[in-house]
Amino acid sequence: MRSARVWGLMPAWVLMLGTLMVPLLIVAAVSVAERGSYGGFAWDFNPLSYREILFSEDWDGNLVFDPKYLSIIGRTLLLAGATTLICMALALPVAYVIATRPPKTKALLIYLVTLPFWVSMIVRVYAWLIILGNEGFVGRFWHWIGGEGTLLFTPGAMLVGMVYSYIPLMVLPVFAAIEKLDPALLEAGADLYGSRWTTARRVILPLTWPGLAAGAVLVFVPALGTVLEPMLLGGGKQMMMGTLIQTQFGGARNWPFGAAVALVLMAMVVIVLVINARRSMSREVRV
Amino acid sequence: MTRGKAVEVFNVSKRFGDYQALDHVDFTIHENEFFTLLGPSGCGKTTLLRMIAGFETPSEGGIVLFGQEIDQLPAHKRRVNTVFQSYALFPHMTLAQNIAFGLENLGWDKPRREARVAEMLELVHMTPFASRRPDQLSGGQRQRIALARALAPEPKVLLLDEPLSALDLKLRQAMRDELRELQRKTGITFIFVTHDQEEALDMSDRICVLGQGRVQQIGTPAEIYEEPENRFVADFIGETNFLDAEVISIDGARARIRTPLGLEFDAAQKGLTSPGPATLSLRPEKIGLQEQATGNVLTGTIRSRNYMGGYTHFVVETGGASLRVSRRNAVSQAESYAVGQEVQLGFRDESVRVLAQ
Repeated sequence: MRSARVWGLMPAWVLMLGTLMVPLLIVAAVSVAERGSYGGFAWDFNPLSYREILFSEDWDGNLVFDPKYLSIIGRTLLLAGATTLICMALALPVAYVIATRPPKTKALLIYLVTLPFWVSMIVRVYAWLIILGNEGFVGRFWHWIGGEGTLLFTPGAMLVGMVYSYIPLMVLPVFAAIEKLDPALLEAGADLYGSRWTTARRVILPLTWPGLAAGAVLVFVPALGTVLEPMLLGGGKQMMMGTLIQTQFGGARNWPFGAAVALVLMAMVVIVLVINARRSMSREVRV
Repeated sequence: MTRGKAVEVFNVSKRFGDYQALDHVDFTIHENEFFTLLGPSGCGKTTLLRMIAGFETPSEGGIVLFGQEIDQLPAHKRRVNTVFQSYALFPHMTLAQNIAFGLENLGWDKPRREARVAEMLELVHMTPFASRRPDQLSGGQRQRIALARALAPEPKVLLLDEPLSALDLKLRQAMRDELRELQRKTGITFIFVTHDQEEALDMSDRICVLGQGRVQQIGTPAEIYEEPENRFVADFIGETNFLDAEVISIDGARARIRTPLGLEFDAAQKGLTSPGPATLSLRPEKIGLQEQATGNVLTGTIRSRNYMGGYTHFVVETGGASLRVSRRNAVSQAESYAVGQEVQLGFRDESVRVLAQ
């Protein structure tokens, strides 16, 4: 029996080890390796890459604290956080409206929410380049109301693109949470003299909180590592962690440093996931 | 005794697409009354209750609450509260918070709120559970909290949507008494929706029998049971035997009847204007067997026997008609009648209701 269980799980173990753990260990190994003379890396133990995140060497070879990468990390956190909050605020009413439609309309609307996933992400982000561009309708509107310059290649443009890209990941879990609500609870809210707003705040919101938390993780985690939006909509002017890693492996050919930044990013994701897991566990105990 | 009008339902109709849920329903509910809307599922009773609560709007007609037209009033501004079939307690709040919810929305200050919550918990004997959450309660306890929550804001009318249907039999019996008691104590008008005729007969001051979206009859439990006005009511409330008969003559509320069984007698009637074919309703417990056979006496043969504990139900065939007869088992181990046995059966004239066909 016991051996059957072990052998039965073998495919899963092979998959986990071969496709997840081994590459991860390679990245970890690379992050402490020596930078290769012609790009790539050489097998020499050297944890300098991590030091490089916080310090740089000046002309005399002294270590100087340099916040340029910290500010990239900070900007990444800020943008991913803002994306998550905006997605929450927008997804709640959308999910509520969808969840309260008749079954057929509901299925259609949910289908429409997932529709963007059918098109390549690059194509969709390019579409925003056109929409926000000077000839696009948002760009034209911007000039019509007296705005100057271009909307593109700004943090705002990045934010718009990120919210657009990730909001379905928020709408779906929030929708699932609202749909599970007994409609009688909303009627009870109204019956007990709660206005729409009171019922939304005191009944719907607390009961959809698990859905919002799940959506927040689904949005925040990929938003941390986003590459496309900063590159296309941000014009590559402002580095984010995703673009930083990409340039280290690509243009700068500094694999060990790219790997080090990638592991820092992963550490941040793990922290978010752990916090969320602890929250949801304590919630289960309480409710 | 004159009582004020609590709820007036004026000629209310409701259509859902092609489906006519309510068809020109019109009645008045008095203050301090335990009023029951009784009918089979799909008769429109819940729709009517939801209209009074403000969750549905009438397609036609209007509803007046204590003299005030409420058709334009949203649910959260109506001074009525509902006990929901599923209780709909807020799962993320404690019981005390559940009860206080309506009071907070009404703007009661904290001391007054806390006093009222304590009073309500006391009323439904749930004081020790104040800080529990709904999922830590049994069905009967949830029921009590739902009642306390709905009564706390001192509603003018309490609406109860089949509140006992989720409870098991024993608890249901006990809750009936509690509900009746609560209604007397609080003096609030209760509108109770149920499909269970026994519940309705047991608790109500008056019952409105709804069928196919129409009011079939309104009256006290005894009136509804003993003097059904049509076949629907006679059939839905309790058990009865329907017999075809011929009305020979009518004299006000009395009619001269001739039955195919060969009997001729006078019986109470309502709604008939001219002689002709009619239906008789005769309740099984109003037919006596053997030594209890009095009044119009016939001879028949027992076709089946079902022992039910307190009662034994017989089917007796007489003159081509099958009559259901129920006999109280008044004495333990009493000798019963065997299938195939020939028996005398009899009923009195006043036990028979004449109904239009």
